[in-house]
Amino acid sequence: MTELSVVELPDSDVAEVPAGTGPSRGWVTSKRRRSPRLVRYLFRFIAIAYLFLLVAWPVSLVAKNTFANGWSSMRTALADPLVTSALKLTVYVSIVAVILNLIFGVGISLILVRRRFPGRRALSALIDLPLAVSPVVVGLALVLTYNRRDGWLGTTLEGHGFQVLFANPGIIMATVFVSLPLMIREVAPVLEEIGTDQEQAARSLGANARQTFLRITLPSIKWAVVYGVVLSLARALGEFGAVKIVAGNVAGRTQTATLVVEQTYQDFQQNTAYATSFILAFVAVACIVIVSIIRPKGNK
Amino acid sequence: MTAISLEERTPSSGRRRRAPRAGALTLGSGLGLGVGMIWFSLIVLIPLSAVVVKAQSGGWDGYWHTITNAQTWAAIKLTVVQSLLVTLVNIVMGTLIAWVLVRDHFFGKRAVEVVIDIPFALPTIVAGLVLLALYGPRSPIGVNIANTQKAVFLALAFVTVPFVVRTVQPVLEQLDEEVEEAAMSLGASRFTTFRRVVLPSLAPAIGAGAALSFARAISEYGSLVLLSGNLAMRTEVTSVRILSYVENGNTAAAAAVASTLLLISLIVIVLVDVIQRRIARSD
Repeated sequence: MTELSVVELPDSDVAEVPAGTGPSRGWVTSKRRRSPRLVRYLFRFIAIAYLFLLVAWPVSLVAKNTFANGWSSMRTALADPLVTSALKLTVYVSIVAVILNLIFGVGISLILVRRRFPGRRALSALIDLPLAVSPVVVGLALVLTYNRRDGWLGTTLEGHGFQVLFANPGIIMATVFVSLPLMIREVAPVLEEIGTDQEQAARSLGANARQTFLRITLPSIKWAVVYGVVLSLARALGEFGAVKIVAGNVAGRTQTATLVVEQTYQDFQQNTAYATSFILAFVAVACIVIVSIIRPKGNK
Repeated sequence: MTAISLEERTPSSGRRRRAPRAGALTLGSGLGLGVGMIWFSLIVLIPLSAVVVKAQSGGWDGYWHTITNAQTWAAIKLTVVQSLLVTLVNIVMGTLIAWVLVRDHFFGKRAVEVVIDIPFALPTIVAGLVLLALYGPRSPIGVNIANTQKAVFLALAFVTVPFVVRTVQPVLEQLDEEVEEAAMSLGASRFTTFRRVVLPSLAPAIGAGAALSFARAISEYGSLVLLSGNLAMRTEVTSVRILSYVENGNTAAAAAVASTLLLISLIVIVLVDVIQRRIARSD
């Protein structure tokens, strides 16, 4: 859609003037032409002003505040072992969560779209549930299930020496919980749209299931998968509420980057908080920009 | 359940010769479904049921007692009222922004598209921090609303920006402008055309977007931590209340409040599903 704007219509409602308008209707058309243009400028102004005041300006301040004294706050932050260990943990958790989402997201989408089984509609509705659940509730849910005292699964797992809460598995689970639907919501509609004709043709020509998937299905859903990966990466890097509850916020061990932002801000180390925020915001905005660049290609 | 799957299979078998075989579960895909379900259950379904079960541990009386606790009730009321207000703003502003993006052409439209998606990808704690930078005590424009209910509204408005825009935009793109021209050539004013022609076709999409932004707003936590100050009875939202129950070790009360939130989320999801099926049918 955006690509089309390259045509650069001159600023008049050419498209809205019916073809073959007689000269007798000229004054009506010109009157109509003027008022929508005014309305259009007004709407454009309101939309941009709203987004500027609510999103663009505040977000730009994180860069301004971080680099108010040049690179010094960034250097101080990156010299702080708390910040670096938290960033490492965040990167590790996000990568593991994204890989898990990739495997299960594509798998579940394939089955949901391509197969018919009892309970399919219920499952597809449940997939969206994590998007509507408060991160705090996600954390609470995982604590209730995996705590070592009376958790449904926690007692058994801890008995076998596998700690979920206050350790990496819990943080990864919380992250996967909140980001899995993003992957499925990107991949499933595309699978639906491409249909099964090509896959059936491949199968009838003797390709096995693996070949069909790798040669036919995967190339056609490639961009949806990339899009899903980028979105769940952004979500994974930024998860806060759920991780706060399951991680226990042990500095240097289970503290992720978002938890460091909260702690340093509350400890009046605002420069470190801003520098860490800047890194997170930069990655998030980069993800969005990448997606906006690749999306038109993916639609073709 | 079986009735549904049979009903869905019949038309496809009529359309494509090979469809019946492709639709059924094979050994491999059955196994895949099993593994996927176990995974989904371990991470999502079992934990969420644990919340609901825990909420019932104190019986109906215990549940009611927790919900009607003055501080908890104030938190629920604040969350619901502010979320409704934000949703109303989103319905108007989201539709307007979608209209501008689809029908208007101007320099920098791509940048606006990126800005709309930022709240979706920005970590919520960072969202709180950036709003605090502009509208907090060190505001460069002298507006300080930190620790007030306005701050709750602001944070919720920030995180819900993309929802209505992104649901309305594709529908508006597919809308045929000729129908509007026809209405206007028959003498309808711009306002009448919008109200009688454009709005009815957008309504389901606006509804779906509004439901999504309401669900997001009532469950918001991260962006409020730094901005709203979490003052009891005044700026404390439901998620913060749940967290303080968890931190005090009162998981039963936390689960009671959490399952109330879950119930609201579930209602919203069902609503969205119904609305989207209506859109699909009208296609």
